[in-house]
Amino acid sequence: MVPITTLHYLVVAAALFVLGVIGVLTRRNVVIVLMSIELILNAVNLNLVAFSRMWGYLHGQLFAIFIVVDAAAEAAVGLGILIAFFRNKETINVDEIDLLKW
Amino acid sequence: MNPAINSALNSGMAPVATPWFFYALAGLAVASGMAVITRRNAVHSALALIVTLLSVAGLYLMLYAPFVAGVQIIVYAGGIMVLFLFVIMLVNLDRSSKERQFNRMWPVGLAAACALLALFVSVIVKGKALFPDRGMTLPESSNTQQVAAMLYGEAGRMGQYTFAFEIASLLLLVAILGAVIMTKKKI
Repeated sequence: MVPITTLHYLVVAAALFVLGVIGVLTRRNVVIVLMSIELILNAVNLNLVAFSRMWGYLHGQLFAIFIVVDAAAEAAVGLGILIAFFRNKETINVDEIDLLKW
Repeated sequence: MNPAINSALNSGMAPVATPWFFYALAGLAVASGMAVITRRNAVHSALALIVTLLSVAGLYLMLYAPFVAGVQIIVYAGGIMVLFLFVIMLVNLDRSSKERQFNRMWPVGLAAACALLALFVSVIVKGKALFPDRGMTLPESSNTQQVAAMLYGEAGRMGQYTFAFEIASLLLLVAILGAVIMTKKKI
């Protein structure tokens, strides 16, 4: 059995990142788009922690913690905007949110 | 720290059955990540995302990062996902689960994502030599202590990330204000 190296973690993180990008680009439901963004942020965090272990420095883990803070702020504001929009327009589909188009 | 524990950690005490745990956690993370972006019901997506977050927390534990794993479970799985589930309950989703789930441009999006995947694969294949096999054994038992020393500083001096930490608290304050104002009845 091959030992687990940094490369293994990078492959998992790349897979999660691409899944998140597919979710952001193809889904219509805004809630699921926001969840896909969380997937992307998790993939980045996994990379940072894997590199932190590879080099033996803790800085990567600190960055991961700051990204978690950022994700919390983003989720709170994004869902707040979503509720405000739903109250006005009765829809949560991205392709119907086109007030600023044209 | 107990010197016996320290030397045991530094001598690279190999955990039992590590590869199997890694493959199980990674497979679980990717499979439930797929469930997140394909489910029709948003509540199912949220539950699948919780499974992904917990298995990524397990991967952090395998990378000797217990504090990040704890933060992942408490903040992500415990805080952010509860927020998501509340919002899913607030916005009416009975109708939206019956209609089209993917937007009209989905082939373009899928093609772009495949191009990104090809880029990642080429980077990982060509840059294999950049990622050495060795893994530094980070001292796991004092991980939280060291993270705290870098965030808050130690012995009266500011840590390397103290200023960034304060800025992060300001960011959270702004986010709280934004969320509260956004959800008011009359903006």
